[in-house]
Amino acid sequence: MKIRKSTVYEKLGFFLFRSAAWLVLLVVLLILLDIFYKGGQSISWEFITSKPRKGMTEGGIWPAIVGTFWVSLVTIFFAVPAGVFTAIYLNEYAKQGLVVRIIRLAIRNLSGVPSIVYGLFGFGLFVLMLKLGLSVISAGLTLGLLTLPWTITSSEEALKNVPMSYREGSLALGATKWQTIRINVLPYAMPGMLTGAILGLARAAGETAPILFTGAAFFWPVLSKFPKVLDSQFMALPYHLFIMSTQHHEIAKVRPLAYGTALVLIVLILMMNVLAIGLRYHFRKKYKRN
Amino acid sequence: MPRLLKAGLGKLDNMIKKVKYSGLIRLKEKTIEYFFLANGLFAIVVLIGIFSLLFTESLPALKEINPVEFLKINWDPTSPEKAEYGLLAMIVSTIMATLGAMLIAVPIGIATAAYIADIAHVKAREIIKPVIEILAGIPSVVVGFLGIVVVGPFLAKLFHTANGLNAINGAILLAIMALPTIISISEDAIVSVPQEFKNASLALGANKWQTLVKVTIPAASSGIFASVMLGMGRAIGETMTVLMATGNAPAMPHALTDPIRTMTATIAIELGETVQGGVHYHSLFVIGVVLFIMTFIVNLVADLVLHKYEKVNR
Repeated sequence: MKIRKSTVYEKLGFFLFRSAAWLVLLVVLLILLDIFYKGGQSISWEFITSKPRKGMTEGGIWPAIVGTFWVSLVTIFFAVPAGVFTAIYLNEYAKQGLVVRIIRLAIRNLSGVPSIVYGLFGFGLFVLMLKLGLSVISAGLTLGLLTLPWTITSSEEALKNVPMSYREGSLALGATKWQTIRINVLPYAMPGMLTGAILGLARAAGETAPILFTGAAFFWPVLSKFPKVLDSQFMALPYHLFIMSTQHHEIAKVRPLAYGTALVLIVLILMMNVLAIGLRYHFRKKYKRN
Repeated sequence: MPRLLKAGLGKLDNMIKKVKYSGLIRLKEKTIEYFFLANGLFAIVVLIGIFSLLFTESLPALKEINPVEFLKINWDPTSPEKAEYGLLAMIVSTIMATLGAMLIAVPIGIATAAYIADIAHVKAREIIKPVIEILAGIPSVVVGFLGIVVVGPFLAKLFHTANGLNAINGAILLAIMALPTIISISEDAIVSVPQEFKNASLALGANKWQTLVKVTIPAASSGIFASVMLGMGRAIGETMTVLMATGNAPAMPHALTDPIRTMTATIAIELGETVQGGVHYHSLFVIGVVLFIMTFIVNLVADLVLHKYEKVNR
């Protein structure tokens, strides 16, 4: 039986491409396995709920979890409204033209600005110029700027998914533009926006470079109550992992703690991702039925 | 109280309805529109703001030091004998790690994208796509951590070096960070190649592989190119992974097994240690400006190509 050369190439080529895809899969699997296996050994109720002790060689990561929570809260309070409003302008009001093209160009370029540059900017603007100091609020605002391109893009995507007829129907009945948007567009775009907000939040919660100089602290075990907490330095999970794996004086001894921190961080981010995807799925089904 | 308020609001609404098309409504609508416009312009303000802040903060350093100094090789601003402000070593380090990363990520990324878009069964696609989303969500600090505890020891054994924190380590990690970008954008580009192209090729007797390599991928080449540029932009600007896993030796690297210190890592290490307002402090913003310009150009090129490509396909 004669086998064609081109068929051999086809088999070989497909095999190579398939291997590449499975290699990527394998890498992700190895990353998760390593962190879950080794991190799992240092996870306990005590690890999650207690403060670091004895020069951070023992104890847990509770302050870092709380710090990450507060910073993320500031981030969404800033980035979500700003992102939604911009998206409403771009999708509902703007007419195609130079201004819109420049805005879109700016958004796309913002998403490419390195995170450390956001850190420099946040330090220069929020910490020094606006005198907000090293604080939760400075770090949260810096992360808010960083997530802005994502919240804008996802909100716009959500608005685009609302059928044109919803707007036309409302306008034909005599509603004004704003009434139309408020009553007949925003409620239907809400789930998509929510999904985008959660995904943006997951990204912000894992960022380290922007909070290096805007308020993250090596060791800050006690956080004050709201609203004073906004004005204080804080510990954060990603920064804590960075410290524990590179800056600590007894690196080998605290390695299990670093693994534990990495696991908590990853689980937190995966949970947010799953929540976002679940929400998207749920609402998509709901709207299909209507 | 809320009911009262509601009733009141209802009345107000009725009143407004009565004077519909009056100036008041038009004023309200216009105000709302301008409010959203102001928000739209915010993105431009932020982008310009970032650049002008970096630039003005770097000016004192450019005044104090002869700009030619920045073109030299070595960076040692805290030296007691003679402070040096050369950016060349760290720029080369950044480029070295980035190109190394692209060498790994581009073939794997494009192959994976083509596999998902054109070859894989629906079931395989449904597994691989979420996994890539998970990869995109893994924080850089975690990837850097794995660079220290997994990739580092492996490389140390392989090359018989002390710790394996070097340019190769950085390149591997940056490849992992850039892969999701390259895969997802390339996949979009490959998927949006019109079916007619493929049909024509198949009808002429080409098999699926020939069609993929000689028709589909070339047709998607501008999108693929843009994805590589975006992945590269990401690698240039990536901070935590290189800061943690490349050894941070501020010297000109000669081999991939040398430890390197990139621009991003230099800013991250030194900004916290320097005196605010000093020459060293301002010179860190010079690095920031150079970094900003480099990523800006890379992203702009990607953007122009992607934009052109979107237009062609419409």
